[in-house]
Amino acid sequence: MDTTTFIIVAVIKIALVVFIMLTGVAYTTWLERKLVGRIQNRWGPTRVGPFGLLQPLADGIKFILKEDMVPDNVHKGLFILAPALALTMSLISIAVIPFGETITIAGQTTALQISGIWNSVTGATSDINIGLLIILGVTSIGVYGVALAGWSSNSKYSLLGSLRASAQMISYELALGLSLVGILLLSGSLSLREIVGAQSGTWVLGGQNTHIPHWFIFPQIIGFFIYLLAAFAETNRIPFDLPEAETELVAGYHTEYSSMKFAMFFMAEYVNMFTVACLASLLFFGGWHGPTIHSAPAIVQSLLPVLWFAIKVFFFIFLYIWIRGTLPRFRYDQLMAFGWKFLLPLAIANIIVTSFIVAWRG
Amino acid sequence: MIIHQILFIIFGIICVAGAVNLLVQRHPINSALSLVVVMASLALIYLLLGAEFVAAIQVIVYAGAIMVLFVFVIMLLNAGSEERTRGSHIALFIGVPGVVVLAGTVAWLLIHSGGQLGSVQISSSDFGNTQDIAHLLFKDFLLPFEITSVLILIAIMGAVVLGRKES
Repeated sequence: MDTTTFIIVAVIKIALVVFIMLTGVAYTTWLERKLVGRIQNRWGPTRVGPFGLLQPLADGIKFILKEDMVPDNVHKGLFILAPALALTMSLISIAVIPFGETITIAGQTTALQISGIWNSVTGATSDINIGLLIILGVTSIGVYGVALAGWSSNSKYSLLGSLRASAQMISYELALGLSLVGILLLSGSLSLREIVGAQSGTWVLGGQNTHIPHWFIFPQIIGFFIYLLAAFAETNRIPFDLPEAETELVAGYHTEYSSMKFAMFFMAEYVNMFTVACLASLLFFGGWHGPTIHSAPAIVQSLLPVLWFAIKVFFFIFLYIWIRGTLPRFRYDQLMAFGWKFLLPLAIANIIVTSFIVAWRG
Repeated sequence: MIIHQILFIIFGIICVAGAVNLLVQRHPINSALSLVVVMASLALIYLLLGAEFVAAIQVIVYAGAIMVLFVFVIMLLNAGSEERTRGSHIALFIGVPGVVVLAGTVAWLLIHSGGQLGSVQISSSDFGNTQDIAHLLFKDFLLPFEITSVLILIAIMGAVVLGRKES
């Protein structure tokens, strides 16, 4: 593949993935309102379109058309930078997430991943070999969006919200990072594609094929629960949504934001939810691995794994909404004690046990 | 490799501009954010060298963790803008010529005897990858590495003791 085709294919991939991502985000808000509505014995949106399906579109138009207010006495440059930073950083992390093996369209084969490269000589697909670290790094830069939003708003609710958010994100990032070490020990790679590759096939115990998929959830069940809880805290979702606790802080760090700038924070939160859900499926649930149909045409064979992946991601998004509709909010000291005194030691213990088992098995 | 050079020049300029901005800005939070820009562009220069692990760690540790704490402290203390002074005469009469002489000497040395100084060759394509660094840290330099971590642990414990309220 020459340079020009490579760039064209890359631009198409980026546009397509971002479009699907943002549509997914829009319809997740619809799904959330519908599901939480059902949990609370209401209908949720029903007026705009059949089943309220056009509601996200109406919301989008409303956000764009609303007056964009910048209050007096805000630190203007940073006030505008903060939502842009939050959304950009959350969208960048989608670049390293693989959705499937490869796809061939019009004689051009390409990897189903923005940063993935298919080698035409060896026929192997490779991706950036620090994919997981990039996601962690980009997430840690994303903290600035929240921190700066609160500070530059020059309002006490915003500042308190953003201090809570930054403290919470920094604390839970440790548990999140450490919960992934078990996966790294088992797969021996930081590349997301190789981690998924290490989960193909089934578990073989004592020479017996167990017919259980070779997913890392089974040996790393503790790691998975630490990851899941830390991920809820990282994305500021209930039960860890203290940064925007309405009863205490009006709306937390985005109190002073209106119109599209508010929508950007909102989108960033949902894109982060997607990233976390994608990572959970890739690391613990075998990514795109699932039943295959060998007699199907090539295009179906390459898109079927994407379907399995999407189903797994959907499961986690559903879980997010379900928990939002079910659980109350933590108290702030409980949140910090839970992160530092329970999740962190548990994650370290998980690493020690996993490394002993990996060393013992050779 | 022409793309590498263009990218190196772009990120080099961003890095230096961030560093200059750090000194020029009057508000501490702007200075702290300029430092984040410096760290991030340094990470990208590491990436251009092929040291992807170091690049990622640079972003996670420096730009992500340490600078967030800096910004945090500035936000909590609510530090205001600094006053701009006219600058001291010592800086003007000794500092500026000193910098010119130093920069001139380094440039002259590099131009005239750059060949004798030798250059660094990146030996293998695996240079700076995760596995190589792990081998260095946990095999070749295990003892210094462990001693450093014990030192850091002592520093953390010292900070906790100092920060604890007297009861």
